[in-house]
Amino acid sequence: MSDKPLNLTVYVWRQKDAKDAGGLVKYDVKGVSSHASFLEMLDILNEQLIERGEEPVAFDADCREGICGMCSLVINGRPHGGFAGTTTCQVHMRHFKDGETIYIEPWRASSFPVVKDLVVDRSAFESIMQAGGFITNNCGSAGDANAIPVPKEQADRAFEAAACIGCGACVAACPNSSAMLFTAAKLAHMHFLPQGQAERMKRTKAMVDAMDAAGFGNCTNHYECEAACPKDISRDVIAMMNRGYAKASLTYRDPAAKSGE
Amino acid sequence: MNLDARVPSGPIDQKWSNAKFEMKLVNPANKRKYTVIVVGSGLAGGAAAATLAELGYNVLCFCFQDSPRRAHSIAAQGGINAAKNYQNDGDSVYRLFYDTVKGGDFRSREANVHRLAEVSVNIIDQATAMGVPFAREYGGTLANRSFGGAQVSRTFYARGQTGQQLLIGVYAALSRQIAAGKVKMFNRTEMLDLVVADGRAQGIVVRDLVSGKIESYAGHAVVLASGGYGNVFYLSTNAMGSNVTASYRAYKRGAGFANPCYTQIHPTCIPVSGDYQSKLTLMSESLRNDGRVWVPKSADDVAAASKDPGSIAEDKRDYYLERKYPSFGNLCPRDIASRAAKEACDDGRGVGPGGRGVYLDFRDAIKRDGEDTIREKYGNLFDMYERITGENPYRVPMRIYPAVHYTMGGLWVDYQLQSTIPGLFVLGEANFSDHGANRLGASALMQGLADGYFVIPYTLGNYLAGVPAKSLASTGSADFKRCETEVNERVARLMNVKGKRSVDSFHKELGQIMWEKCGMARNKEGLEQALQEIPELRERFWKEVTVLGGRDTFNQSLEKAGRVADFLEFGEVMCRDALEREESAGGHFRTEHQTADGEAKRDDEKFCHAAVWEYRGDGETPARHVEPLTFENVKLATRSYK
Amino acid sequence: MSWFVSYVRSSVGAKHVMAVTGLGLLLFAIIHMLGHLGMFAGRDAYNHYAHTLQGLGALKWIARGGLLFLVAVHIGAGVRLASLNRAARPVKYAVYRTVRTRPWAKWMPWTGLLILAFIVYHLVHFTFGQIQPEYFHKLDPQGRYDAYTMFVRGFQNTGILISYLVAMALLLPHLAHGISSTFQSLGLKHPKYDGLIDKAGPALAVIMFLGYIAPPIAVALHVIKLPGA
Repeated sequence: MSDKPLNLTVYVWRQKDAKDAGGLVKYDVKGVSSHASFLEMLDILNEQLIERGEEPVAFDADCREGICGMCSLVINGRPHGGFAGTTTCQVHMRHFKDGETIYIEPWRASSFPVVKDLVVDRSAFESIMQAGGFITNNCGSAGDANAIPVPKEQADRAFEAAACIGCGACVAACPNSSAMLFTAAKLAHMHFLPQGQAERMKRTKAMVDAMDAAGFGNCTNHYECEAACPKDISRDVIAMMNRGYAKASLTYRDPAAKSGE
Repeated sequence: MNLDARVPSGPIDQKWSNAKFEMKLVNPANKRKYTVIVVGSGLAGGAAAATLAELGYNVLCFCFQDSPRRAHSIAAQGGINAAKNYQNDGDSVYRLFYDTVKGGDFRSREANVHRLAEVSVNIIDQATAMGVPFAREYGGTLANRSFGGAQVSRTFYARGQTGQQLLIGVYAALSRQIAAGKVKMFNRTEMLDLVVADGRAQGIVVRDLVSGKIESYAGHAVVLASGGYGNVFYLSTNAMGSNVTASYRAYKRGAGFANPCYTQIHPTCIPVSGDYQSKLTLMSESLRNDGRVWVPKSADDVAAASKDPGSIAEDKRDYYLERKYPSFGNLCPRDIASRAAKEACDDGRGVGPGGRGVYLDFRDAIKRDGEDTIREKYGNLFDMYERITGENPYRVPMRIYPAVHYTMGGLWVDYQLQSTIPGLFVLGEANFSDHGANRLGASALMQGLADGYFVIPYTLGNYLAGVPAKSLASTGSADFKRCETEVNERVARLMNVKGKRSVDSFHKELGQIMWEKCGMARNKEGLEQALQEIPELRERFWKEVTVLGGRDTFNQSLEKAGRVADFLEFGEVMCRDALEREESAGGHFRTEHQTADGEAKRDDEKFCHAAVWEYRGDGETPARHVEPLTFENVKLATRSYK
Repeated sequence: MSWFVSYVRSSVGAKHVMAVTGLGLLLFAIIHMLGHLGMFAGRDAYNHYAHTLQGLGALKWIARGGLLFLVAVHIGAGVRLASLNRAARPVKYAVYRTVRTRPWAKWMPWTGLLILAFIVYHLVHFTFGQIQPEYFHKLDPQGRYDAYTMFVRGFQNTGILISYLVAMALLLPHLAHGISSTFQSLGLKHPKYDGLIDKAGPALAVIMFLGYIAPPIAVALHVIKLPGA
């Protein structure tokens, strides 16, 4: 690993607001330490922009330790830069070479409209969660936590699905902007656990329908989502959702619904 | 300033039951006539919003992130404590209570801590029912591990992301209430002021971070759960957006701020690598279960140890925590482990660039249990370490150094979690109550959820029962308009400085002052200097800062500017508190007050109290009030982990 | 039935429609291929097979109707999905790299439409007899349609042979992605069998490709020839 500072050319998507057409703008960033993180490189760029009196680049980031899911960015055509199991905030500049050209774009999907520059609106994910991403259980009514044993293998699979950080890389990576990995991970988390069984059918139906209503594309089994997921969530959860949705559609009748739905 | 803690009568283990029975109730049909504002959507705020909505209140919940799921509770790694005694190793509610009071160096309120220990068991039940995938044994029961400051295994965990899993449980409940229409969620919306009218908190003024619009919201009560102020140090393990603004604005409107000098420095973080650094990354305390902390015995070996730690022979290594604290060893509390690391580095025995690092070595654990066992326990943490440093911790020991992690100080609250402003309740890290001068590991998640799930649903009802439902303020009233105008003026002032320097550059400078003079070790001289430097820096900020972009639009520079402006005032309150507290306690270490072997030396005669600061106007020195602390159950004693 | 309409129109339901109709067409394609391989059994056996199929009466029309329906739905749903998917990303990336998917998975709509074109051509040739009318519906010595001769004559024509091989070369990737996808889309998966399923699609596709091209190639190589030739 070289400690020599890097000089880079970056093309950054600049877009004033949701209505603006936007476009790529070229910047030179000089003297970036190879130990800096990718977002720190953008911090450095922003400092240089402020010095010149230009408005800094807007991008989302909060925890900067790979867990809050706030950061995004398609780096050189890959969400989060395409490093296995890594979010943008944990990408370090040691992966880049001096003189390299880097393209930085926002997540692209009609369901994730750009707010400004590299910041997108991911509230479509909220609507999916609100449709059924919960176990109905008012606080105070829970029995002892050890009353229902959960086999370790099952708890582990639930955890692996629950590791989803809701960043949206799956949508950004998908050639069709489909949100199936996100939705399916949320469902799988609850459906591997006994606590999630009671509302299983209703939840599956509701969350998939909410996902469709949000305007995401359809899955055509490319599995780019799986490759891009910073938490390594497996496409198997999508298969599980596909099966569950058929079952729910064909056999479940919501008592609250008026017609046969 | 009225600092009556309203601690209920009776023996310690009956106080909470008594209090619950004595509290007034709001009948179910009337609850829907009340509106409650909740600021923050982490474990405390999110749990409060969801639970209050379940009860029937109308809740308005605000967070500055784009989703409630991103609140910084998400980043907690190691676990959550609960006195379940599933391991049959001698744990009990009383022991958790005892450990927490002692761990906090006898600077917390006994009754609150006991309540926390009592409800800890319900939290695990509730979280499990919400589908939190805690680690389990092969038979299907819940697994535990041990954490610093305890000799029992009472920590529940979900690999290295316990915070995220608990927060998803809270977020799920919150999502259900949003769908049901009981919670109205305001994402990307930041609280910029508290509206106090007729002596009660009646609403807030916020900025919609996307449109830039300044708006007001009214409620019968306001619940603040906006987290801690660790980012006053610029570099900390907090998220980039974590800030003191909500708390500080409440302070300026009359809420007492308690013990701001109590900050927790976490011993196991990845060391700073350069001046471009934007944040520090924590390595979970759980690593100290199997990792051994060491530096070379002699400063002469530092160069060799930095180059190739494996080359240092066993008898040339100083496992200083095991040596100094044989009974707790590597699992001694955080403040002690941090100070010991600093001491070793001050002694010239620190490793790595700048000599600011110590080793956390898994060689022996890997030899004993095998690499696979270690990977199963800590795999994701090891991966994270490697991603950041480019070094493989299975081969070379991790290099760690203490970093700011948590703040025990916060807005003063009574037993009911109400601040000195009636109708303003404060939960989680934002309040000061339960951890005293030092928080034990895996207790932050516990406190956030205890406050949100199991305390505020009772105490808020008790307050609202005395507030007429019809009294909801109008946001068009003079009080709201005045407040909105002040917020607007402040935003305009920030935009109009039009200097040359970035907000971050000031934040970094403030952080340096705070870290050097109000960090791991403090003394009179340094604090007095800081009290000179901070106002000077603040003055330069208001002359030289630049905020580019518009105000009626998405503008991250403007967001940061507002937060840093508040840190620049708040830092002064912190230093003042640290200066006045002429003792060492927990995370507050005054070099003038230490024992012969360098341990913290409390002064129970003079400082067995919470110091509560009252704002008295810009440019005025705030007033220091005290709430005396009495210890009827856990005897005041010198903390020993030897 | 409104629930059924909303089911098949949903994203997951649409996948199921593609998978189920695809499976039906796959089943036909397998039977059709086995029938083709009957060419190796000689003129008499092949014509007997063709004669039997022709003699199915109403059943034949039901099968033809069913196939037509499957094709129509498969294509209709596929075109709808493709257009929805385009609409889901109105602004394209300036730089976009994929790493997991296979090129042929991205070609699905195009290979599908080209195969449709081929099927039309194929029907015009062998069912409607418009390409080589001189060999259409001639009788063999037993008084049956001489399908065997029509087949051989057809593939002795280099143009027809090449167009057929090209079509099969398009069917190969379509099946390779389609068959594995069917399992994923219907959720017939388990981590234990994932590897097997991922390989099953391409493997079956290759087998079918070989099965389909074997008789025409045999004709071209004079392994299959007209009696007495």
